[in-house]
Amino acid sequence: MDDLRDLYQEVILDHGKHPRNFRKAPAANRSAHGYNPLCGDQVEIFLELDAAGVVQDISFQGSGCAISTASTSMMTQALKGKTLAEARALFEQFHALITGTGEPDPEKLGKLAVFSGVREFPNRAKCATLAWHTMCAALENRAEPVSTE
Amino acid sequence: MTSAAQAAPANERTYDVQRIRQDFPILAQQVHGHPLVYLDNAATTQKPRAVLAALEHYYATDNANIHRGVHELSSRATTRYEEARAAVRAFLNAADDREIIFVRGATEAINLVADSFGRRLRAGDEIIVSTMEHHSNIVPWQMLCERTGAVLRVVPIDDAGEFMMDEYEQLLSPRTRIVGIVHQSNSLGTVNPVREIAARAHAAGARVLVDGAQAAPHQLLDVRALDADFYVLSGHKMYGPTGIGVLYGKRDLLESMPPYQGGGDMILSVSFEKTVYNKLPYKFEAGTPHIAGPIGLKAAIDYMQAVGLERIAAHEHELLAYGTELLAEIPGLRMIGTAAQRSSVLSFVIEGIHPHDIGTILDREGIAIRTGHHCAQPVMARYGVPATARASLAMYNSRADVEALARGLKKTIEVFS
Repeated sequence: MDDLRDLYQEVILDHGKHPRNFRKAPAANRSAHGYNPLCGDQVEIFLELDAAGVVQDISFQGSGCAISTASTSMMTQALKGKTLAEARALFEQFHALITGTGEPDPEKLGKLAVFSGVREFPNRAKCATLAWHTMCAALENRAEPVSTE
Repeated sequence: MTSAAQAAPANERTYDVQRIRQDFPILAQQVHGHPLVYLDNAATTQKPRAVLAALEHYYATDNANIHRGVHELSSRATTRYEEARAAVRAFLNAADDREIIFVRGATEAINLVADSFGRRLRAGDEIIVSTMEHHSNIVPWQMLCERTGAVLRVVPIDDAGEFMMDEYEQLLSPRTRIVGIVHQSNSLGTVNPVREIAARAHAAGARVLVDGAQAAPHQLLDVRALDADFYVLSGHKMYGPTGIGVLYGKRDLLESMPPYQGGGDMILSVSFEKTVYNKLPYKFEAGTPHIAGPIGLKAAIDYMQAVGLERIAAHEHELLAYGTELLAEIPGLRMIGTAAQRSSVLSFVIEGIHPHDIGTILDREGIAIRTGHHCAQPVMARYGVPATARASLAMYNSRADVEALARGLKKTIEVFS
């Protein structure tokens, strides 16, 4: 039960039930679609990047499990105001946290550290990272949907 | 012998599930600190010791290539392989051993028919399937349509998950060449009236392929009573090994069909001028087959028959009713698939909790269920859900298993409250 509580922390359950930035971004100039064929999770990420490459707005729509919805919701909060390079660097930190590879820096991760419990559930790693992969595709304006498989 | 299958006389009224469980060694283990509760049987079933022993015995004592050696081992291996064909023939109540083709799985069996029988289809011909088909009974027909210009028609299902016979009648026409229908739905548990579906197809001049992958371990089968033109089985879903499946086809029909794959065993003679194909069933079994597969499958069939398919069905029916009752008490739970004729599947969603999260929490309680679209995305679309949670029953499941499921679901709701 303890590792379940580590996985489904209050913050994650809250974001899973009440996702933030769950809308289309009216001025979005980048977007991408992500899909996890294993569980059917779908996510569409909308980004508004300004000329300096700073994320002015980021939002999402879609359907998914608690882990994937919370991860997407918290990602949108974490990335607002970040530059492209900062967004990619944060994904590297997050990826290290989820997969247990490398040494993630808790200061850089901030609130995202609540996803540390996912490490004990390797078959849920894709739920947590789908949004981030999709965000990277949106940054690059890739047309084909991101698939976790 | 201590096996329950041998110890329990077929006329015994009580069904000793604990004795049966002892024949399945995999069940006696702890998962995440809890006794394993295996409820993912529609995905694959566990294997009784008799199957494991048959595989080991074959490789330890009889292994050789079949149908060609003059030596003793080859002769034994050939005998075992052909005995398995006879066992499958009897299991299906088919008329002739030559109507039993060994393939890799139900998927390959359907692909064989779509490829070989499919060569007689022309642009404008029609193929009918139902909304509740597994992807394996949809995609081969779509590929055939792409090749030939034939058209795929789909019989809808109602809210309970039942096949809509009137709509089917409307779709049948002289253009219909083949109807693909699942005997028992893997995602809903619906048991279809295939005898009636076949009769109407035949009246329209069409052939019928019945996907029996899910039905086979749960009811007594009789392909002649159903009047199925083709019936396909999956070994691993009926307590046998993976990698072995069966295509049953009516003999005259199989005779009229061209080979599926070319190679050794499927020929009588080969020259660069003229190659003569072998007779049934070998015409459709190119190359060295998965010899151990049918041998393991026969052991599984023997095991089920010793317990009795009707007794297994009665036990599972009682368990399904009990499980349905327990799940009805879970707040926010909605059953997906409530057909009057239903077997062994409890498919459901819980309001506010994604099936994937349900699956993870149950797993930590040692309970194995399947979550996702179950290779039946049109069914998910029909119910407007991205996925369901599915508990599926087998002969070794007990009342304690479904009670553990209900407890696990209550815990899941606690975690999310």
